[in-house]
Amino acid sequence: MKRIGVFVCSCGSNIEGAVDVCKVVEAMSKEPYVVYAANCKYMCSSSGQELIGKAAAEYELTGIAVCSCSPRMHEATFRKAAASAGLNPYKVEIANIREQCSWVHKDTAEATGKAITLAKAAVSKLCRDEELYPQSFPVTKRALVIGGGIAGIQTAEDISNAGYKVDIVEKKPSIGGKMAMLDKTFPTLDCSACILTPKTVDISHNENVRIFSYSEVESVSGYVGNFTVKIRRKARYVKEDLCTGCGLCAEKCPTKNVPNEFDLGLGSRSAIYIPFAQAVPKVAVIDPDSCRMLKDGKCGLCSRVCGAKAIDYSQKDEITEEKYGAIAVATGIDPIDVTPFDEYSYKNSKDVITALELERILNAAGPTNGRLVRLSDGIRPKTVVFISCVGSRCTEEDERGKTYCSKICCMYTAKQAILIKEKYPDTDIYVFYIDVRAPGKNFDEFYRRAAEKYGVKYIKGMVGKVCDENGVLTVKAADLINNEQMMIGADLVVLAAAVEPDKTAKALASKLNASIDGNGFFNEAHPKLRPVESPTAGVYLSGACSGPKDIPETVAQASAAAAKIIGLLSKNTLESDPCTAHADELKCSGCSLCANVCPYNAITYIEKEFRMPDKTVKIRRVASVNAAVCRGCGACTVACNNGAMDLHGFSREQILAEVDSICS
Amino acid sequence: MQLNGYKPKIVAFCCNWCSYAGADLAGSSRFTYPDNVKIIRVPCSCRVDPVFILRAFGGGADGVMICGCHPGDCHYTSGNYHTRRRMKLLFSMLDYLGIEKERMKLIWISASEGEKFASAATDFMNTVARLGENRRLGDLRCKSKTEQN
Repeated sequence: MKRIGVFVCSCGSNIEGAVDVCKVVEAMSKEPYVVYAANCKYMCSSSGQELIGKAAAEYELTGIAVCSCSPRMHEATFRKAAASAGLNPYKVEIANIREQCSWVHKDTAEATGKAITLAKAAVSKLCRDEELYPQSFPVTKRALVIGGGIAGIQTAEDISNAGYKVDIVEKKPSIGGKMAMLDKTFPTLDCSACILTPKTVDISHNENVRIFSYSEVESVSGYVGNFTVKIRRKARYVKEDLCTGCGLCAEKCPTKNVPNEFDLGLGSRSAIYIPFAQAVPKVAVIDPDSCRMLKDGKCGLCSRVCGAKAIDYSQKDEITEEKYGAIAVATGIDPIDVTPFDEYSYKNSKDVITALELERILNAAGPTNGRLVRLSDGIRPKTVVFISCVGSRCTEEDERGKTYCSKICCMYTAKQAILIKEKYPDTDIYVFYIDVRAPGKNFDEFYRRAAEKYGVKYIKGMVGKVCDENGVLTVKAADLINNEQMMIGADLVVLAAAVEPDKTAKALASKLNASIDGNGFFNEAHPKLRPVESPTAGVYLSGACSGPKDIPETVAQASAAAAKIIGLLSKNTLESDPCTAHADELKCSGCSLCANVCPYNAITYIEKEFRMPDKTVKIRRVASVNAAVCRGCGACTVACNNGAMDLHGFSREQILAEVDSICS
Repeated sequence: MQLNGYKPKIVAFCCNWCSYAGADLAGSSRFTYPDNVKIIRVPCSCRVDPVFILRAFGGGADGVMICGCHPGDCHYTSGNYHTRRRMKLLFSMLDYLGIEKERMKLIWISASEGEKFASAATDFMNTVARLGENRRLGDLRCKSKTEQN
């Protein structure tokens, strides 16, 4: 006999404000099978959960319906409460009368009516709930970190310090990411390389960490605790274990004029190269597009000069397969392409540069050895104009840019202005801004220092046009505070380009089954409460892949992701969600329709013996679902012609009961 | 919400990962929509069997919404592609059954599109209200019971 308890939450005034909870309780107590109905101020509180326990014992409840907030919020809480009351945790249904009722309907009568309908639907589904039991499966105690920037390094470091194995996959020849390209960091003006390189060197010597540099994730299969990842190790044409990183090959290479990616094409490198002085691993790599030996088969100089005999022109991409328990995404951000912004003349003038390019110019290891010069003529600029929000905070119609604030530009603009003023105090610096956003520890003080102590001229207003006439730049802008038009002759114009997710993020998200938002940033499992987890179990978000972040925030989030991963890896077994598909062998005809639509290859076919009514034995092919692999999407249930496939937790009978209840 | 004294019944199937979360977001952002839209949570839009939709129409629903993740964003990789194909077939069948196509709507709503859910629900409700009551598959016993209420 079904004995159902209905618990209606007031959620303070959140539900009570629009829904007459007493009426809901009254209506529900008259429903068939409902033996108990009550209201509680906060069902999620300990007293609410005690109420469930007490009622379950007193009324011998077999199922619990909670009318409260979204099941995405508190389903786990009420399942636990049911379990501690001695019920099967899957005999719990939630009617969402907050997010989908009291918060969206103002009229009390309408909201109460809807709440009752939703509660009735939950009860009719609950009447058809089965007792479900999760299966347990082992956890692979190794984590994968995708991306070797500061976020990936920090996550890997923290996981390895807890004693677990970690692999880092980095698509570039060296780890270090964007931070390795920066000169100084705000607001402390720490030298970026000086604080990063101890970390990169440490991680390369850490015996728990393997670094797959110049590698990319090819495919991901499996599920939380048991991922199988194929990693493409791109051909370097240099044997990583033999190369000593002496750099002689790069020195002798006859092809010298290849644009250097690390300097954003401002400097040049040879065809065989080490990306930068502090590269980790410090191993040379041959660029097959510019190497004479690989293109025409004529040269081979590097192989002759290499004392370690590390050059191998016949190297091919290799695919290695590894198993992991958890995956951290640390793909970070990239500045957007500013060439579509014609008004700033970035394409036409060499003296209009992006902020990251200025970063390389200011860097002592950069293309100009740290001297601030114009790229067109090598002369030091006397007037520098910074334009902020290039591509940030654009209107929805402007497809060139992004609607969001890139968060870091105001601060790095202040930093670069200070760096220039420190080196060349006689430089005139203008910064055009919409707003200066400096919310962070010592951020506003830092920006004010730039404006007040260093005399950087901050002008509120947007630049309409940058004209390049025979190498002379004129910035035309509006000063919104003094309400006047301005024309400034500039020697150098710096664009604070918006940031966007890394180009590979989208493809990676689909490999991982992780979702991304409209801007291409990874979605969090919950934007406030689970910021470092993706909605896909076992996939974690480290750093700026989930939104623009500065270095301290990136590091904090990277460590948070590591803490979550350590929590996962510390378990010996995990329990699988029992809401999986299952086949009714008597109805199954073995037609393969279900296996064809299954995205996880969870369905296999087995030969099964059936005893027929005439006592003969018949062997038939029937579907069998691997519950550990099935994720419970239900694609197979609809594909099945015979109605043999059904889904635990969302069975045909349950959903039809809900439909009937809502329509009646 | 009522239109000329008539209150359509709308069933919305929402996938757990995108659309249901989008509907939750509509709630937490307080974007209002008509109370006649009642949501049924399914793990993925591909769990929505055409039978469920026909049963809803048969039971007296005036409109059915099927909401899933945007193509390419399915939590289960490919579920919404199956939905899209199945619903296309069902759309062509509705005509045959004499049910106006406009009574059924397939829409992609992500977890961050609360406002879109609210406006889609409102628009759909207005469309259905203009079409009037769904009598074609309506179970007469079922209807009379509602009228008594």
